[in-house]
Formats: sequence, structure tokens, C-alpha cells
Amino acid sequence: MNVVVCIKQVPDPNSPGQLDPSTHLLKRDGELVLDPGDEFGVEAGLQLVEKHGGQVTVVSMGPERGLDAVRKALAMGAAKGVLISDDSLRGSDALTTAKVLAAAIRKQDFDVVITATESTDGYTGVVPQMIAGLLDIPAVTFAKSVSVEGDKLTAQRQTETGIEVVEATLPVVLSVTAGVNEPRYPSLKGIMGAKQKPLDRPGPADLNLEDVGGASTGQRITAIDSAPERAAGEIIKDEGEAAKRIVDFLADKKVI
Amino acid sequence: MACFNSAVTTAQSPPATLRLPAASDLYAVDDLLSDDERLIRDTVRAMVRERVLPVIADHFEAATFPHQLVAEVAGLGLLGMHLTGYGCAGTSAVGYGIACEELEAGDSGLRSFVSVQGSLAMFPIHAYGSEEQKQKFLPEMAAGSMIGCFGLTEADAGSDPGRMRTSARRAGEGWVLNGSKMWITNGSIADLAVVWAATEDGVRGFIVERGTPGFTTSDIHRKLSLRASVTSELHFDSVYLPETAALPGVTGMRGPLSCLNEARYGIAWGALGAGRACFEAAVEYSSTRRMFDRSIARFQLTQAKLATMATSLVQGRLVAHRLGTLKDSGRLHPVQVSLAKRANVRAAIDIAREARTILGANGITLEYPVIRHMNNLESVLTYEGTEEVHTLILGKAITGEDAFS
Repeated sequence: MNVVVCIKQVPDPNSPGQLDPSTHLLKRDGELVLDPGDEFGVEAGLQLVEKHGGQVTVVSMGPERGLDAVRKALAMGAAKGVLISDDSLRGSDALTTAKVLAAAIRKQDFDVVITATESTDGYTGVVPQMIAGLLDIPAVTFAKSVSVEGDKLTAQRQTETGIEVVEATLPVVLSVTAGVNEPRYPSLKGIMGAKQKPLDRPGPADLNLEDVGGASTGQRITAIDSAPERAAGEIIKDEGEAAKRIVDFLADKKVI
Repeated sequence: MACFNSAVTTAQSPPATLRLPAASDLYAVDDLLSDDERLIRDTVRAMVRERVLPVIADHFEAATFPHQLVAEVAGLGLLGMHLTGYGCAGTSAVGYGIACEELEAGDSGLRSFVSVQGSLAMFPIHAYGSEEQKQKFLPEMAAGSMIGCFGLTEADAGSDPGRMRTSARRAGEGWVLNGSKMWITNGSIADLAVVWAATEDGVRGFIVERGTPGFTTSDIHRKLSLRASVTSELHFDSVYLPETAALPGVTGMRGPLSCLNEARYGIAWGALGAGRACFEAAVEYSSTRRMFDRSIARFQLTQAKLATMATSLVQGRLVAHRLGTLKDSGRLHPVQVSLAKRANVRAAIDIAREARTILGANGITLEYPVIRHMNNLESVLTYEGTEEVHTLILGKAITGEDAFS
């Protein structure tokens, strides 16, 4: 069974991100890391191929520095990396991203395409479903656990009201939630061996993508603005009833 | 008055595109790392943050070795990482160094465990062992299923190990080993000890496996430093060893000293990790602690301390990286290792003590990492060559005069 995992390099979530007021894009001049959400995807892919055979290919679209994220996934155990970098793709919207990734995925041999539920920088949360639409295969989203038997994939799917058990016939796009597994650390041997693994660097033309990115992007960010400051919270002074008032407050908000 | 005005003017604003590197690496020395080395750094850093820091203060307080972390460091491939073949990762010397820095940002005891296993126990087998010995021990030691220790120091032979009393004499087809070794990291948890003993031909190395009749260990208690690390005494009472236990590749003090040189190299990097952890704790604390109605980071005395600490870190990192480059290019001289070990451990201990003062009373509790690092560094200052011995090694190299004899 072969798995493609979509990954992205994002500004380190531990340091505050900033938007560039001139381009309206996220500044990427600080520490960049493999999206922590994608580590769950890579781990899920590795577990599937360890159980069923086959190999994991990671696919990413992003600037040249994105190689570091691809290399980390290779060090964790993926067999092959694909990185699409092109100036024309700078500032791509979600649909463009999905088109590019889908075009690269089509060139791979795959049974399952794994993604995170959303990226930790853009948070659009729609790319997995778009990829499935473009590839014309089912999308199984928000999986908390996953298993495969024959050509049938079964996933437990987290929803607001409970857990759904969903089945789909391969090939499928699967988005996994954080916590679906415990991502492994890359081993030093894996790190040393990652450079020897195959790495594809196709351009948009190699993927027959003549008309994506740049001017053809359907969505534009017209302005950016600071988020409104949060209103001050309510401070409950304890005069013997604080606990009850807090419980009432939480019950009122339907938190408990 | 003009000079007063200029004195309070802050530095000229840099171009808007310039971003100042992190306070603990103000010269961005880590930019000298290769892609692989950066990934090693990030991986070990993440492991330390997630697996070591949550438990290490408790182990330090209880004086227990964190056995569960052996599998973690072995799983990453950190044991014997800079050796090639036999299940070892084969990283660059710089990669080994940066891993030591990250491990010691967790705890000097953990870094010591890794140093002893890789540089003091695996290295001599790798460098001087027979093919049979390498096959038998190295893959298991890399996997963490066998733990090693290194027996050189004795109760009355520390800085002058050539005066060791432990001896091995030929007996039939093998050897009989007698004596004892002191201050041995990993001693009682080790499956094998690489022991150096005087023979009639000079000092030889022997692999003594746990359970060999006559070989016993006892732990050294009441330590107030490296408490999350095991320190033991090794006793050899007429221990019979077959010829296959002797390391065939080296005779003389060159053998053990070459091992120490490997381990000291890692310490020169590692100590900076402990120093960095203390510095970061002090920066964080100074920005949140308020006194006299302001953050203590506003005080000039605090800023002077932090500025000196940050400068020491930059200097130490430059020394460590250059040391690594020299080692990777095969040009590293032991005197250069002495310089770096001496300078960087001293820098780290000074940083730790200064950080302690910034944290005030909180600086002496295990709620913060500072006192733990500070106490650990007291051991690092004198093990693997005391500060004094490294000073005299430098003195001899500079003047040609040997102050030892």
C-alpha cells in the first residue's frame, strides 16, 4: 500500500507570526518548522506502510526553504519527497494549493492521501476536501483513528456530537486530527540517510499546470488589520459563592 | 553635554529586513550548522523538552537514574552517534557536539551517560577492539541494550592516572585483574566496563563483563551534583579474563587519553547547553519578576549580568563550532580540546552562578533549572581533566615547560 502525505513548512508556532503589510502574506523570516499537524500525518502514513507494506511519499508546495520540512519527513522514514517551488505560486490561495498538490499526487502511485485537518499558519481547513474533489475520490476527514483491510479504509471521525465510524473504498483522501498517534522523532540514522533518498522538484509546467497561481488565483487578500482586542473578562470576587457563580457561568455557556 | 547625549543614544536602527537572532545565540553561530546538523539539534531539543525536562528535577531530587530515558536516547541513535558502522549513526563531529549541547540543556547527568557510553566505552572498542569484540558489543551498545562504563580513575590516581595501582598480570592463556576504580559514571548499571590496568608491557584496556567472578561494584552516595546519574566504585578481586577480553589495538596511556579526548570534546559543547538553559531561565525570570514597581529586567545590574552571559555564550559557541570543524577535518589537537573544555565549562559555571543571583531565592529551588545545572557543573568542572590540569596543558603548549613534572 502506498501513501502520499501532504506536508507544509510553517513559521514556528511557538514564536508569534507576523503578516507583511505590503504583501499581506505571512512573514517567513524566522524559524520555520514542519507543521506540527503534519507530523501526525507522516506518522499515520508510516504506520500504515509498516503494517501493510509499500512506501510513504511526502508532497509539499512552498519556498525553497521548505526542503527542510521535506527532509525531516524523510528522516522520520518517508521514502521519497516531492517539493514544488515556484515564484508564480507565491501567495497561492487554497484552491491553487489544492490544484498543485493534486497534480503532483496524480504522478505518484497511491492508495491513501493523508493530510492534516488544516495548516497551522493559514488555517483554511479546505485543502484536503479540494484535493479529494480534484482527484475525484472520497474524502474522509477529521480521523481520530484509521485502519485498512483489503481495499477498505475505516476511520473513526470526531464530530461535535460524537464519533462516527466511516468506511470508504481506496483510494481516499484522509485528514487526520492532532493526537491520532504519537509522531516519532527522526532518528540520527534517518537524518544521515535522508539525503540519499529520492527528491523530485517538478515545476508547474512539469505538472501540466499552465494556468495556476499569480494572476489566476481566484482569491485575493485585499487588506489586513489587527484583530480587535479582547474585551476584559469578568473577575468574580470570592465572597463565599464564587465557585457556584463560576459553575453557573460555565453551564450558561454550555461548557459543562 | 554632547557626550551625555551620545551616551544615552541607542544603537543606530538596523535595516527593517534584519532580524536579530535569538538572545542565546546572538551571533547566529548555529547558521554554521549543516542541514543534517540542524535537524539533529531540533530533534534532540524536542526530545529533551518533551521527555527529559518533565521528569529530570524529580530524578535529581531523588538521586535516581532515569532508566526510561535510555530507550529514548538509544531510539534516536545518540549512543555512539559519531562512530561509523556497527549500528552507529556516523554523524559529523559537529553533529555530535550539537547533540551534546542539547542533551546538557536538559541535564549534565544525561549528557554524561551518553558521553560515557559513546566516547568512553564504545569509542575504545571501536578504535582498539578486535573485529569480534566490535561485532559482539557495539551494535548492542548503540541500541542501548548494553550499557558500558569506563574505568581509569582511582581513589589515589585522578589527575595523574599513570600512577594507577590496578594491574593485570598474565596467567596461562589470559589475565588476572586486581585493583579498584573510583568515580565511575554508569558503574553499577553497566553490562560491561572498559578497564585500564597496568601490565608489564604498559597500560592495557580490558572489557570486563558484568557477572565475571571477582568483579563487583558499589555506588557512591551523598553526591550533591550529577544526582540523576550513577557514580560507582569498581572492584576487581583476582578477576580472570581470557585473552579475548583485552583490547588488542593499543598499549600505553595513549589508549585511555584518546578516549578522554573524545569525551572532553563533547563536554566543551555540552556545558554550553547547561549555560544556555540557565541564561534562558534568567531572561525569562527577569522579564516577569517585579521589584520596586518595575520588572527587574529594567535594572542596569540585571542587564549587565545578562549582557555578560550572552557574550560568554557567543564566545563559547564560536569556540565549540571551530573545535568541531577542526575535528571534522582531522586536524584537531588535544591541546585545542583542553582549551575549549576549560573555557566553556568555566563560562557555563559562571553563567549558572550569575543566573542564580537573578532568580534570587527562587534560584535555589528545583522549580527552576538553575541550581540543578549549577551543582552539576561543579562535577563537570573537575571531571575529564580538572580546570587546573587543562590550564597546565595549555601552559606547557605555550611555554614548552612541563609543570607536571
